[in-house]
Amino acid sequence: MEEYLEAGFPKLVALLVAIIISLIAIRLTYVLLRCGKPFVVPPERVSTMIVLGSGGHTAEMLSIVNVLNKERFSPRFYVAAATDNMSLQKAQVLEQSLLHQGKGNAEAAQFMQIYRSREVGQSYITSIGTSLIAIAHAIWFILKIRPQVIICNGPGTCIPLCVAAFMFKVVGLRWSSIFYIESIARVRKLSLSGLLLYKLHLTDQFVVQWPQLQSKYPQSQYVGRIM
Amino acid sequence: MREEMDSGKSKKMVFVTVGTTCFDALVKAVDSPQVRHELWSKGYTHLVIQMGRGSHFPSKFSGEDGSLAVDYFTFSPSIADYLKSASLIISHAGSGSIFETLRLGKPLIVVVNEDLMDNHQRELAEELADKKHLFCASPQTLHQIINGMNLDSLVPYPPGDSVPVAKLINSFFSFPDN
Repeated sequence: MEEYLEAGFPKLVALLVAIIISLIAIRLTYVLLRCGKPFVVPPERVSTMIVLGSGGHTAEMLSIVNVLNKERFSPRFYVAAATDNMSLQKAQVLEQSLLHQGKGNAEAAQFMQIYRSREVGQSYITSIGTSLIAIAHAIWFILKIRPQVIICNGPGTCIPLCVAAFMFKVVGLRWSSIFYIESIARVRKLSLSGLLLYKLHLTDQFVVQWPQLQSKYPQSQYVGRIM
Repeated sequence: MREEMDSGKSKKMVFVTVGTTCFDALVKAVDSPQVRHELWSKGYTHLVIQMGRGSHFPSKFSGEDGSLAVDYFTFSPSIADYLKSASLIISHAGSGSIFETLRLGKPLIVVVNEDLMDNHQRELAEELADKKHLFCASPQTLHQIINGMNLDSLVPYPPGDSVPVAKLINSFFSFPDN
């Protein structure tokens, strides 16, 4: 009896592994097919994570947030890199002006900082360690906030967040619709973040701001420039 | 009311900005006698340089002797006032600076920083220069561009609109438009 079990055990493990991989593959296929499909029944409102980045990134992102329906895209969670001091301030100014205009609602916006995978000029060896920390931090954020919507436009901070959110989609913990709007500064080539998200099909909608890019990346959408 | 200078020229200011970056090559180029001379010949009276994190400090000139007055500072919480009162802007190729200037309808020379890795900023500068919304230069060619520039050839930049993107996201959820 024991001999039979010993002989059969590795095969059993192999079978289980095969089953698990198949289940993941089926689920992954389902997720990829469903990604990008609009919601037929509008949800009442959707919790929204807004990823900010240095320089032009934040300016572009806030110009989009400015024209979003604030009751529908609520509550709002702004995420910036730990070393970025200006972006959250700018977002706070926008949210405060909404309150003054009476467009705020009971649930206040939240502002948080996330560890960066890599600082400019950081050595690639130490980047491995910091990237792992960034990914862990991103998973923690997604777990805590479980946003229904993620809007981002290219800073490196968005990659761990989008990957974590996609993983949660596959596992079935929360369906986050990911909207990526490539920066207006990208005219002929996508940014590294954009290219990764596009090729891996991680986004629900991928928007570019120049027609040349739309031709080059046919699965993207072009609805004019935002700046 | 135009401020008259001793030389009989009305005040025309050139504003140079490097944003939050370090762009010594541009600051040095603007600080050169060549560029100062070109700007003066074109009728500009004042040069103000926002030098950011750079390590090259330009020379100041009072302009009392009938030449270009030059001043500089590192940062300002908002450069909007400088942009508004300038007659010409020379800027690094950051998209924030570019679009802030174009929205004000000011003539703009964009200088691309060749020392930056990957330099994707060049794409935007070249595209907008192709469409004649601004002039493009390198620190080395700046004086030539200033010499040869014809401001009347610039085409106003049609402002962008973030509403179509918002509508796209709205319609994804079948939300009604505001």
